[in-house]
Amino acid sequence: MMEAQLLQFLQSQLGTQWSLVEPVWPLLWSLMKIVAILAPVVAAVAYLPYFERKVIAYMHVRIGPNRVGPAGLLQPIADALKLVFKEIIVPTQASKVLYVLGPIMALAPALIAWAVIPFDAGLVLADIDAGVLYLLAVSSLGVYGIIISGWASNSKYAFMGAMRATAQMISYEVSMGMALIVVLMISNTLNLSEIVAGQGRGMFAEMGIGILSWNWLPLLPMFFVYLVSGVAETNRSPFDVVEGESEIVAGHMVEYSGMAFALFFLAEYANMILVSAAVSILFLGGWLSPVGFLPDGIWWLIAKISVLLFLFLWLRATFPRYRYDQIMRLGWKVFLPLCFVWIIVVAIWMLTPFNIWQ
Amino acid sequence: MGAMKEFVKSLFLTELFKGMSLTGRYFFARKITVQYPEEKTPQGFRFRGLHALRRYPNGEERCISCKLCEAVCPALAITIEGEQREDGSRRTTRYDIDLTKCIFCGFCEEACPVDAIVETHIFEYHGETRGDLHYTKQMLLANGDRYEPVIAKNRALDAPYR
Repeated sequence: MMEAQLLQFLQSQLGTQWSLVEPVWPLLWSLMKIVAILAPVVAAVAYLPYFERKVIAYMHVRIGPNRVGPAGLLQPIADALKLVFKEIIVPTQASKVLYVLGPIMALAPALIAWAVIPFDAGLVLADIDAGVLYLLAVSSLGVYGIIISGWASNSKYAFMGAMRATAQMISYEVSMGMALIVVLMISNTLNLSEIVAGQGRGMFAEMGIGILSWNWLPLLPMFFVYLVSGVAETNRSPFDVVEGESEIVAGHMVEYSGMAFALFFLAEYANMILVSAAVSILFLGGWLSPVGFLPDGIWWLIAKISVLLFLFLWLRATFPRYRYDQIMRLGWKVFLPLCFVWIIVVAIWMLTPFNIWQ
Repeated sequence: MGAMKEFVKSLFLTELFKGMSLTGRYFFARKITVQYPEEKTPQGFRFRGLHALRRYPNGEERCISCKLCEAVCPALAITIEGEQREDGSRRTTRYDIDLTKCIFCGFCEEACPVDAIVETHIFEYHGETRGDLHYTKQMLLANGDRYEPVIAKNRALDAPYR
C-alpha cells in the first residue's frame, strides 16, 4: 500500500527520468525497508548500554552516567567517538582477513535476523514460511564470529576464550531449539506472523484477557527455558563467563581494540534485543494487546521487548556469575531433559480432549 | 520434609526471586551518590591532606630542625638539613617533602614537638610533572601562611582529645 503511493509520487515527480530508476526500484525499495528497520535497532543498540549503566547504577543505589549531556544522554555518542578514534591494533601473528571478519561475523547475524521479525500484522520485511528456521539458523551463525575471532587472534587466551564461548552458545542453542519445537507443535506453523496470530485465538482471548492465551502460560517451563537460554546464548550475566571481566579478560575479544572491539560490544547488545524480540513473539504474543479493550499494535511489541531488556539488566544487577561447569550442567542436565519431557507432555496433551490449540 | 522443602524451593526459584525483589527495591531507593565537584563529603578536623609548615604569631617559623619527623617518616619522604642561625637557634635550611612518596599517615605531625609540620584539610591539588609534587620549605611555609586560620581552628578542635 505504502509502496504503491510512493511509486506514484516518484513517477509524477521524476517524469521521464523514472525509466532510469525503474529497473533498480525493487532493490531501492528493499533498501529503504532495511534502513527503516535497522536504524531504530542500531539506535536502540547504542542506547541500551546507557540504560544498562543507569539501571544497574540505580540498583546499586548510585546515579550512573549523568555528565555528558542532560542526564548523561550523550554518553553513548561520546563512547562511540572514543572507540572510533582508537587505533585498531592487529597482532603481528594474526590472520589479517579473518581477524577483521570476526567482529563483522558476530554483528551481522544479529542484524539480518530482524528480516523475519514481524512488528505488526503484515509489517515484516520477509514474511517467509520458514521464519523460525531462519531465526534459529541465523542466530547460530553468531558462533562463527566468536570462533573466527578467537582463532584469528593467534593468541592462546583468545583461543581458549573462544572455545568457552562456543561451547556455551552451542549448548544453549540445543535447549533453545527444543523449546522452539514445543511452540511449533502447538502453533502448527513456522511463520512468525502466524505464531503471533495463533496466540490471539482461544478461550481467554475471546473473554478479552489475551494475556492468558499467549504461549507463556500453557508453556511456562518452556518460556522459562527459552528466556534463560536466551540470556546464556547472548553471553549475558549471570552466564557471562565468556567475557568474565573479573576472572578472564574478555575471552575471544582480548586482542581487539577500537571499533573492532566495539562491534563485539554492539553484537552483544543487538543479540539481547533480538532475543527479547524472539521471546516476545514466540511466548508473549508479539504485537497483541494483553487486554481486549486496548488495540493491538507495534507499541505492544516495543513495550514487551523493553520489559524483557529490563529483566536482562535486572538479572545482571542481581546474580553472581555461574561457574563454567554449572553453566554446562544447567544446559545439558536440567534444561534439555526438561524440554524433552515437556515435548512429550504437550504432545499427549494435544491428543487429549483438553487440547486448547485447535 | 527438609529435602521436600529444598525441592520446592529450587523448583519455584524462590531464592532467585528473593534476590531480584531485593535489587528491585533498591532500584527505587534514594541514591547516595555525592556529586563530587558540586557536592562534597564532610571532612573531619583530623583530616590528613597536603602538608604545611606553621609559624608563630610573630612570624618566626616553628620548625627547630629536630628531624623527628624525618626519622619517623615510614615512607622516607622527608629530607631535612639544618644549621645554627646567627642568633643561636637551630633552624632548617632545607625541608623537602616528596608527596609522591608520602602516604599521609600523619606520623610527622604526631612526632613534631612544636607543631610545625601539619597536614591540612587540602586534598585537591595536583602536579603535572613529578617535580611539582616535590614540596620545598618555601612552598610548605606558603601553605602554612595561607591556611593558618583553618589549621589553627582544627588544632583547637582536636586539643581536648589529646
